[in-house]
Amino acid sequence: MAKVLMKGNEAIGAAAIQAGCKYFFGYPITPQNELPEYMSKELPKNDGVFVQAESEVAAINMVYGAAGCGVRVMTSSSSPGIALKQEGITYIAGAELPCVIVNIVRGGPGLGGIQPAQSDYFQSTRGGGNGDYKLLVLAPANLQEMVDMVQEAFDMADYYRNPVMVVGDGMIGQMMEPIEFRTPVKRELPSKEGWATTGTKGNRKPHIINSLFLDPQGLEDHNIRLQKKYKTMKENEARYEAYNMENAEIVLAAYGTTSRICKNAIDKLKEEGINIGLIRPQTLWPFPEKAFQEIPETVKAALTVEMSEGQMIDDVRLALNGKIPTEFYGRSGGMIPTPDAIIDKIKEMLGGLK
Amino acid sequence: MAIVFEKTKGLTDKETHYCPGCTHGIIHRLVAEVLEELDVLGNAIGVAPVGCSVLAYDYFNVDMHEASHGRAPAVATGIKRAMPNNVVFTYQGDGDLASIGTAEIVHVAHRGEKITTIFVNNAIYGMTGGQMAPTTLIGQKATTCQDGRSKAHSGMPLRVSEMLATIDGAAFVERVSVHNPVEIRKAKKAIKKAFECQIKGEGFSIVEVLSTCPTNWGIAPTESLKWLEANMIPYYPLGNFRTPEEA
Repeated sequence: MAKVLMKGNEAIGAAAIQAGCKYFFGYPITPQNELPEYMSKELPKNDGVFVQAESEVAAINMVYGAAGCGVRVMTSSSSPGIALKQEGITYIAGAELPCVIVNIVRGGPGLGGIQPAQSDYFQSTRGGGNGDYKLLVLAPANLQEMVDMVQEAFDMADYYRNPVMVVGDGMIGQMMEPIEFRTPVKRELPSKEGWATTGTKGNRKPHIINSLFLDPQGLEDHNIRLQKKYKTMKENEARYEAYNMENAEIVLAAYGTTSRICKNAIDKLKEEGINIGLIRPQTLWPFPEKAFQEIPETVKAALTVEMSEGQMIDDVRLALNGKIPTEFYGRSGGMIPTPDAIIDKIKEMLGGLK
Repeated sequence: MAIVFEKTKGLTDKETHYCPGCTHGIIHRLVAEVLEELDVLGNAIGVAPVGCSVLAYDYFNVDMHEASHGRAPAVATGIKRAMPNNVVFTYQGDGDLASIGTAEIVHVAHRGEKITTIFVNNAIYGMTGGQMAPTTLIGQKATTCQDGRSKAHSGMPLRVSEMLATIDGAAFVERVSVHNPVEIRKAKKAIKKAFECQIKGEGFSIVEVLSTCPTNWGIAPTESLKWLEANMIPYYPLGNFRTPEEA
């Protein structure tokens, strides 16, 4: 298929429709509005339904309802809107329903701003909702990866009966890049017939979509079963890209847009004869711990670069487990790190290392 | 021997957890009988609320979702949009619908969503132990207004049916009661009309059912029925507020 030039938010919608998404429930919030706008125009042409909900809270509960019927369904929002959806997200995770949630992240806390940020790492990976639940969290760094991941997200959601979150910062949502729609790697997807609420037709017992377990032993058993599923996800789904790791003195850790800026810094330093590597998590949960555990002996320190005040650094430190010193450089509030600022930080660290 | 009465197929054999004298059991039966009479049990998808009827998913013999507090109309919207040929209903109490879920109930009516809501109004929070609801009457005692509700502090009780009847998408709005056999029969008729309204695709339909809570009112079951008639009906008048012909 030929490449097309699309804006990030619209490309997400196109990828979702390619993946068979038929239902979208959303609420306006900047900087993700082009996505629901696109879906409102395109879903009806594809036998689908778009509903603008009265709130983010209602939108995620509409997703819960539709997902319980076994259809492919999606919602999107931006940071404060995702905060409002957290109650619904934990219900969806607890009831084990598949759906895709897109967060085009903007700066926080509170109403924050409308410029790109990565300050929802904790919100995505720790969950703002209650209870022991996990989302699969995908973090694309360019639009091609975004459309690939959005398509695969629907398969992953169905495969695990789990909500999948795709996290893009405002930059990814707003920029244009050439993309190609590709078919994701095929998975054997389980049938939904055993649980979806489609009406009993009088020939089976009722299906119940639920996350309430009043019996403590029943709830613990449910949690143990969920944890087994999360363990399988951890074993199978952690993904990352390693860049320029051979003979690297320092390893950078960055995802999304920030990883692209880090690559610029690495390439510039290479011209000066300084070798810096990058580990770019493509999944924020499960976090690619192995990548950090297997860093070459030449690496003397790690530097996490984020568009936040330091969130992913917690996972980098946990993965490194004290093996090497780990520092942080970040900008927040919609401010973007420059390659030069990252280079300065690296040089400052190298001075200390030598 | 001829069979003169059978329990509706719309209810499971599970014993309910409702308190003695509570009228939820009657209302469950009316809804289930209507679904059976309309021959839609195999096609129905219900949404249970948070509150006393949180376990309704164990009692209705149809596919069910358990919603978060107040969000049943949004969940039902997702279900109905995905399954437009199914009969979709929510079953909600007054804390769920008239307090935390006001946005969802107003907008499900506003969109004219083709679902049916059974709204059980017993003027109190039952499950959590008798706190004041938006529907608690002036002077009525509750655990969070122990001297009785006052207008100055908490405002006047919310009349949900009258409010929803102002919304164009609400095709059928009726308030009924289940405090005596005559009213129970009328309640069943209204519930049937509400579901028929959905099946005909005429818009959103809701039946508000005045109900008792002997446990949290602190009144014996038979006295509760009299209390409902004497105190609730004067403030919450029974009757139809909207039918498809008017809409």
